[in-house]
Amino acid sequence: MATTTVTRENVEAKVVEAIAELGPDIEQVTPDATFESLDVDSLDLVELTQVVEEEFGVVIPNEAAAKLTTVGDAIEYVVAHGS
Amino acid sequence: MVITGLGAVSPLGVGARPLYERWRDGESGIEDGLGRCRDFDPLSFLSTKEARRSDRFAQLAIAASEEALADAGWPADGEPPYDPDRVGCIVGTGIGGLGTMEAQHDVLRDRGPGRVSPLAVPLMMANAGTAALAMRHGLRGPAQTTVSACAAGSDALGAALRMIRAGDADAVVAGGAEAALTPLARSAFAAMGAVSESGVSRPFDARRDGFVMGEGAGILVLEDLEAAEARGATVLAELAGYGASADAHHVTAPEPGGRGAARAIERALEDAGMVPSDIDYVNAHGTSTPLNDRAETEALKTALGPAAHEIPISSTKSAIGHLLGGAGAVEAVATVLALEARTAPPTLGYDEPDEGLDLDYVPGGPRAIGNGRAPVALSSSFGFGGHNAVLCLAGR
Repeated sequence: MATTTVTRENVEAKVVEAIAELGPDIEQVTPDATFESLDVDSLDLVELTQVVEEEFGVVIPNEAAAKLTTVGDAIEYVVAHGS
Repeated sequence: MVITGLGAVSPLGVGARPLYERWRDGESGIEDGLGRCRDFDPLSFLSTKEARRSDRFAQLAIAASEEALADAGWPADGEPPYDPDRVGCIVGTGIGGLGTMEAQHDVLRDRGPGRVSPLAVPLMMANAGTAALAMRHGLRGPAQTTVSACAAGSDALGAALRMIRAGDADAVVAGGAEAALTPLARSAFAAMGAVSESGVSRPFDARRDGFVMGEGAGILVLEDLEAAEARGATVLAELAGYGASADAHHVTAPEPGGRGAARAIERALEDAGMVPSDIDYVNAHGTSTPLNDRAETEALKTALGPAAHEIPISSTKSAIGHLLGGAGAVEAVATVLALEARTAPPTLGYDEPDEGLDLDYVPGGPRAIGNGRAPVALSSSFGFGGHNAVLCLAGR
């Protein structure tokens, strides 16, 4: 399956969209928003990693996912690990 | 043990009273051979996140429970009016999160194991209805799920009765839910020849040709009588007795002559301390299958004797189809409302009597019951696998 090129814009757009689909209002999904404040839990984060892997080919292992606390953290991780 | 609150989502709409009133008035919720809960929008009861975290069957149960708890006068956002450790929860189902199971199997097949949702298990598991209600309403007593096919909803209420009598709970939120109008389930029931090819539910009628599949949920709030009176609750009816048996005969066909079902009816009467002449109404299992309706008629004659010919008998399935694991509970809800109104709704579509099925199936229109006193009813459910469950409900 073809993946999308990793650019900051693409990643931010996709991550924000994916998190909003999990439940929070999209206006609240800003880079500095914490997952806790958005009521995004560990199961939600697994779903997010699946979306990210399918879209960008970037794998976020469980240990790394556990350290992400904000939306921005997730965006940064993908940008840093996407080639 | 008494019933203080009712909730239902069914093919006749959202709400317990719409279900009863529309059925009583002769309306059918069946369209194109299915009983869908067309009026049900999960997002009117659940947030986006909550809706994603529950299969449709649990969503239906949640919605019904909101109505039931409000009906019982339990606080909307607070804890139950009892020690939460002493409030049980029992939501029966036939198959649980089948819709999720089918969708996730498609994901597995088409996109691989790595794409299966981390939520798949919590959504598929048959106890998800019970878990959702316990979490949502802060119920911390024993939480179980009865799984006995078409008898699951009635067995849940029977288990609740036993739980309270045993002193394990002061109150129980109990019922049943099913949302199995999925490609696999519909094909599977059709393959068995169990569903109506004509798409018509006409229990006890000579032209009946199988049941019509439906979906929905019924939830009841059950409380210890003294505790309910102490808190000033409005008591809708008493769950006076429960009787159960197994046919030990065939995976789908009922025991000939309805002997197993008759035993369950007799046990319900005994448990309630009643005799056939006490019964004013029977809410039948009445699936509209050639086999059940005949066996059930025999069972009623065996268990009730001559009284069987005097008692009005009608089937909710004539108006909403067969709600499988939800049926016993949704039908109990309708029966309680029939007792309250002293009026039994009719068996819709009953026009042509069948030989040997010569009881009073309340054709045409609703019938007054009780003769001026608080009526008593039986509500029966007989599940594939030979599970027979009968409730005895007494009006106030």
